[in-house]
Amino acid sequence: MDWLVFVVAGVSALAGALGVVLARNPVHSALMLILTLFSVAVLFVAQQAHFLAAVQVIVYAGAVVVLFLFVIMFLGVDREEDVRRDPLVAQRPLAFVVSMLVLLEVLLLARSRWATGASSVVGPASGPGSNIEKIASALFTRYLLAFEATSILLVIAVVGAVVLARRTPGGIKSQQEVRP
Amino acid sequence: MDVPGPWYLGLAAVLFTVGALGLLVRRNVLVMFMCVELMLNAVNLTFVTYSRMLDDIGGQVLVFFVLVVAAAEVVVGLAIIVAIFRKRSEATADDISLLKG
Repeated sequence: MDWLVFVVAGVSALAGALGVVLARNPVHSALMLILTLFSVAVLFVAQQAHFLAAVQVIVYAGAVVVLFLFVIMFLGVDREEDVRRDPLVAQRPLAFVVSMLVLLEVLLLARSRWATGASSVVGPASGPGSNIEKIASALFTRYLLAFEATSILLVIAVVGAVVLARRTPGGIKSQQEVRP
Repeated sequence: MDVPGPWYLGLAAVLFTVGALGLLVRRNVLVMFMCVELMLNAVNLTFVTYSRMLDDIGGQVLVFFVLVVAAAEVVVGLAIIVAIFRKRSEATADDISLLKG
């Protein structure tokens, strides 16, 4: 049963990821991204990370992808991209070689024994109590400072987004204006 | 019988690679952003897998922070894209070359 869940969710996650890369239309890419995010949420549930699965669906599939789709529609860039055009010489073969190297490195790291570490530094993930209680007790004791810092980060991000996207008379100069 | 952790790690590695490939190949800035999200998700899957393998809740707390930072990054990045696209209508990253010498 566990294997069935892993195979189905893994295959759909990979299919969604390939769809994001291969779809010509950005709207289709965003929808494929939702498929991948849901599949990763299923894999979280399969590993007893229930709170993160819920947050993944709510924050990523609910907020981030909707923001992507909103910007796609707002800018009207949902045109199909001509994927046959290759302006940079040998961009695709080089990209393929570099990503294969990345895959090789990550797989080597996953196989090595560096990351075995000491178990339960923060607290055990299994045992009595619910998943969300353990995350909360770690978050509000050991990681309280980092938690407060993320709140400041979110405030800065909101203010920065408003400043950047605001329509001002001076505004951001376009490249044509700057260029002599 | 649980699925062993290395299977999850391999899946996450492949997902990360697909995201990196898309980031290198695609030229639409919005699709490039989505590929960055793919890579972040692959890393999240790795964290959760190690959290289970090592029996440590710290990995899941770290995924929580990654989610917050990814959300902030998406907000700021999309605002920058909107600010650029307000004056220019091209959808490709090759056209944004103001800093080129």
